[in-house]
Amino acid sequence: MRIAVAHLYPAYLNIYADRGNIAVLARRAARRGHELDVRAVGIGDALRPGDHDLVYIGGGQDREQALVAPDLAARSEEVAEAVAGGAALLAVCGGYQLLGRGYRDRYGGTLPGAGLFPHETVAGGRRMIGDVLLECELEPGERRTIAGFENHAGRTQLDPGATPLGRVVAGFGNDGESGYEGCRVGRAIGTYLHGPLLPRNPWLADWLLAQALAHATGGEPPQLEPLDDELEAVAHAVSAQRARARGGR
Amino acid sequence: MGARLAAETLAARAAAGLSRLAGRGGGTTVPGKLLWKVDPGAIDALASRLPLGSALVSATNGKTTTAAMAARILGGRARLAWNSAGANLVSGVATALLAARDAELGLFEVDEAALPEVARRVRPHALCLGNLFRDQLDRYGELEHVADGWRDAVSGLDDDAVVILNGDDPLVADLGRAHGRTVLFGLDDPRWARPALQHAADSKYCLRCGRPYAYAAAYVGHLGDYRCPACGHGRPPLDVAARGLELDGLNGAAFELVTPAGSTRIRLPLPGLYNVYNAVAAAALAQQLGAELDEIRAGLAGFSAAFGRFERIPASDRTILVLLVKNPAGANEIVRTLERSAPKTLLLALNDATADGKDVSWIWDVDLEPLLDGAETVIVSGERAAELGLRCLYGGLDRGSLVVEPDLERALDRGLVLVPPGGELPVLPTYTAMLALRAVVASRGLVAPYWERRR
Repeated sequence: MRIAVAHLYPAYLNIYADRGNIAVLARRAARRGHELDVRAVGIGDALRPGDHDLVYIGGGQDREQALVAPDLAARSEEVAEAVAGGAALLAVCGGYQLLGRGYRDRYGGTLPGAGLFPHETVAGGRRMIGDVLLECELEPGERRTIAGFENHAGRTQLDPGATPLGRVVAGFGNDGESGYEGCRVGRAIGTYLHGPLLPRNPWLADWLLAQALAHATGGEPPQLEPLDDELEAVAHAVSAQRARARGGR
Repeated sequence: MGARLAAETLAARAAAGLSRLAGRGGGTTVPGKLLWKVDPGAIDALASRLPLGSALVSATNGKTTTAAMAARILGGRARLAWNSAGANLVSGVATALLAARDAELGLFEVDEAALPEVARRVRPHALCLGNLFRDQLDRYGELEHVADGWRDAVSGLDDDAVVILNGDDPLVADLGRAHGRTVLFGLDDPRWARPALQHAADSKYCLRCGRPYAYAAAYVGHLGDYRCPACGHGRPPLDVAARGLELDGLNGAAFELVTPAGSTRIRLPLPGLYNVYNAVAAAALAQQLGAELDEIRAGLAGFSAAFGRFERIPASDRTILVLLVKNPAGANEIVRTLERSAPKTLLLALNDATADGKDVSWIWDVDLEPLLDGAETVIVSGERAAELGLRCLYGGLDRGSLVVEPDLERALDRGLVLVPPGGELPVLPTYTAMLALRAVVASRGLVAPYWERRR
């Protein structure tokens, strides 16, 4: 099966090895006989809802984020429609911020957001940097952990009732206070965690692939054939241990 | 020297000896840290006593090599206070000032983030800024933040200080805009340009208007001959340039050094375009400090690598080739240099201590694939060996070609047995992995500890 992926602004938002996430998705899809067809969507390029089974947006430095923010904000309807139509989405760090309602920097400037995720982000004084460990339950009854690295000045406040991606076991998370990290809307996930995220959390890569396949087929997310993830498990364990050693929030 | 400063420096020098006796490494920063604690102003006073003043070198990549090249060129001219062991924070500069008692000229490589403070204290006559690449974002923050610190450092210089800048780096070239005396250096040989900007390229959007730069030539990462098609902001005219480049694989490079004082053909025993950048930077700096073209040519021709940077260490009938990697731009150049010799066995070592960067995501931004394609065995080692292994596997390496051995000594031995007698094992370690590997080979008597290395 062909899985159509829109990679938003890869020339601008690629700071934390976002292509590692794409490489993991591509290879894990290929191992199950599917083909990941990744198309770059740059400033001014068309993004038609329904055309893509998975949307990916990564992180950038402040300057690059400011350059793409207006273009992304102008696409809020297309992004919302794609996700409402069952497309999967992964937004990391800066992309996660820009898919909220907006970002306010320390000097009073604001970047508009696309409004997919019910949150707002305000820059804080001290950057929140280090390894993070989350506990989450994307499917009822299936408890999993996510290990990653965060590096952000923004404090992201979820609206009351919004669904976070997970609970922070160690690290800062959305704002360093709430005890939650990331946000989920349908098949869309936003998170501050890079590292990159997917190589050491292969179950999450498979979850996204299954959601994307569900969109592609119009059916339910399929059970993907398990792979040998021994090295992935070691990388996860080392990263999780780093987060635990760093301690609580 | 005042009585108080004299007593402090004596105590601090004694501390370095004690640190070495205690087996705690080279004591390369212990005395400086002590002095800094006792009297922060003492560094300023020591620096101000140097009759020929001081020069500072900073860059994301190449500062150790550039400073070592300049030291080699200038060493015959003046007695140097030089932090050759790579200790490049304020404490390391202080230690070098303490150690070189009758030095005439200070020559210091300085950590990017430490530059504003070191420049404020040392008040250099010359400041050489090489490049800015994304590096250890967990420690330095974003690129623009480092550039802001550098801008402050330049604006705080004395008016007659000279600033030597890489004109090929948009962000660095711009730092001299408000300063009177600047020298811009760069490369001028489009035959050696990359066909396209690399994945990890930074600073690729116009500083003035934000549009992507068009590159007539991109040499290393975003370094090259850039111009904004929208507003016209582009590379300034170069004062010192390398033309007519020849790259001879792993053996070295040669180029025509063109300066306001004339031209000369340089033969460099180090490979790669990145070392040409280092050499041109060192030449431009040395020239500002009085070196003649002959001295520059001889100094660069006789240069041997700074430790861990393209260092060849004999291991009985084989050779270990140590190539420090620390960020995507630097690692990409190492890959580009190694690629042509297509090594069959390769050792990659990734640690995540503070000096390596705790965030290891950068390995995914390195274009490792050309090396993976040709390798029969890739050994990954260090504290984050598994992460590095995943990088290789998801980059297309067969599982059967990957050896995961977190222990550095065992990894080194696994690699050496796979290399035929007379052959060379390329080892690409991060900073603390490089120090650990050198400690392993030092314990076997193959190489002197770094603090005893001859200058």
